[in-house]
Amino acid sequence: MSGMTAPPRRVLAWSAPVLLALIALPFVVPPYQTVLLSYGLVFAIAALGFNLLLGYTGLLSFGHSAYFGMGAYAVAFVVKYLKVESMELFLLGGIVASGAVAALFGLLCVRYTKIFFGILTMALSQVLWSLAFKFFWVTGGSDGLRVPTPSLLGGFVRAGGDKFDFLSHRYYFYVLAVFVVCATVMWVIVHSPFGKALQAIRDNETRAEFVGVQVWHYRWVAFLISGIFTGVAGALWVPLNGLTTPDILHWTFSGKMVFFTVLGGFQTFFGPVIGAIIYNYLETYAVGHTVYWQMVLGIVLVVLVLALPAGIVGTVRRLGLRFAKAV
Amino acid sequence: MDTLVVHLLNALLYASVMFLIAGGLSLIYGVMRIVNLAHGNLYAFGAYVTAWAVGRVLGGATEASPWLYALLPVGAVAAGALGAVLEPTLLRPLYRRAEEYQLLITFGLLLILEDLMRLLWGPYPLQVSALYEGMGSLTIGESIYPTYNLVVIVIGGVAAAALWAFVYRTQFGVVLRATSQNMRMASALGVNVNRVYVQAFTLGCFMAGLGGAVIVPQQGAVLGMGVDALILAFVVVVIGGLGSLEGALIGAVMVGLVREAGITFFPEIELAVLYLMAAVVLLIRPAGILGRA
Repeated sequence: MSGMTAPPRRVLAWSAPVLLALIALPFVVPPYQTVLLSYGLVFAIAALGFNLLLGYTGLLSFGHSAYFGMGAYAVAFVVKYLKVESMELFLLGGIVASGAVAALFGLLCVRYTKIFFGILTMALSQVLWSLAFKFFWVTGGSDGLRVPTPSLLGGFVRAGGDKFDFLSHRYYFYVLAVFVVCATVMWVIVHSPFGKALQAIRDNETRAEFVGVQVWHYRWVAFLISGIFTGVAGALWVPLNGLTTPDILHWTFSGKMVFFTVLGGFQTFFGPVIGAIIYNYLETYAVGHTVYWQMVLGIVLVVLVLALPAGIVGTVRRLGLRFAKAV
Repeated sequence: MDTLVVHLLNALLYASVMFLIAGGLSLIYGVMRIVNLAHGNLYAFGAYVTAWAVGRVLGGATEASPWLYALLPVGAVAAGALGAVLEPTLLRPLYRRAEEYQLLITFGLLLILEDLMRLLWGPYPLQVSALYEGMGSLTIGESIYPTYNLVVIVIGGVAAAALWAFVYRTQFGVVLRATSQNMRMASALGVNVNRVYVQAFTLGCFMAGLGGAVIVPQQGAVLGMGVDALILAFVVVVIGGLGSLEGALIGAVMVGLVREAGITFFPEIELAVLYLMAAVVLLIRPAGILGRA
């Protein structure tokens, strides 16, 4: 089993050039494109976390906005009350807050599966949304809370200067680095014995239990890890957006997370990552070109579910296999 | 004393509309095992269609003739018709697939319908308050209460009774319950399951549309009303039990009472309390108060 933990050469063979291209990108494309890609990478981190539950544990959460939002609001609160401006402390705040909420909510939710799990996660996330919406003297209500640009790497890279320049270069590299760390950690997790146990639970809960897997406990740990990844994404997202509003706690934002995970293909490791990045482009361009962008997204989703249920990566892989067979 | 009566009536008003929405949602889940995330949008669709139809007939006039009230059900019929189109085209191909996909396609439908209403009726709210004001008000003790609200409460009650009679006292109701209990067995005994599904879905959408149609004179039709209503309808069906009509009734009354009390006594956590109620019921009795697991 331990041999599976190391990334196979095949993955490194294509991910290394992709990573180099991503590093070179800010020097080639206009700054707007790198900021846009930063959003995509942030969502990709959330998708990695989300897919640990959907793809690997077989639990469809409709309440992951709660952990993304907790990450984001934790940052806003440490700025507002503790006057902190270090990104590392932001991330720490996001991890602690989203981890605490995920630990508590997970405790309640993992007793159920299928539709009950989905509705319970949704109901709990809506509790947080309504609190953020109504307690405006703490959370700013629908106006949200502003977050300034942070200093990076313990003050080594100072905050301030031109905000757009900061976001399109220094912050982009920061997001990219965190993304690579998150992807690596998640890769190790899903290929570890723990990850294998989760997949066993997904495929056959009863059998997994008989083999000696403590189903409830494993699901809870998966829920916790998933929530923390999503919280990290939320914490990274706030400085990028400059503002956090209750929208990111609303259940429709959870729906978006489900959307991009399925768009990429939840039965593969990198599917949700691709899905998140493509979804971000899709939404940005749809919003830019028409007021009816929701309809565009809805049609894409309906076509996707009816015609390409395996998602982009899953379909490409299947076509690749068929092609390989034919040759 | 009369303040209490007014509060109770407000709670019942809210409960009637919630029952119409949540009853439809629960019926659809009970028969088809589908959680329709676009259900709230069908409620909004009913509201928009009624507002539009009444507005067209009314023209610029401010006085509502009594005949206009006959136009109220138009929204319900339109929502039912929309449901009758959607089920065979979008949902039927997915019954054999995992339920994640059914949730997703209804989420896609939610996005489409939301913008369809923006496309058809524009971004501004539609009002038909002439119908609301046309009924005047009556005095309860020293308070004044709009007569139209009482009409909505009566419609909610009649709808609940009619639905109960329909499900428990007609031939179609028997087939519906049989399909709900065991789809394969019903199919083996000669029930045309496809037809039952499309009928159940249409009926559920009709009820949601009726909810929208009766409330629109009072509240108007606005974008986003469907998404907000859906999540509260979830609270209702979760409390009462997914798939149970009696449960939806009890859940709607509970949500109506708690919400009215919440608005009066604890406005900041009014919504949070409702969601927490749903979570607590799920934890103690996952199948809801009257649900079967």
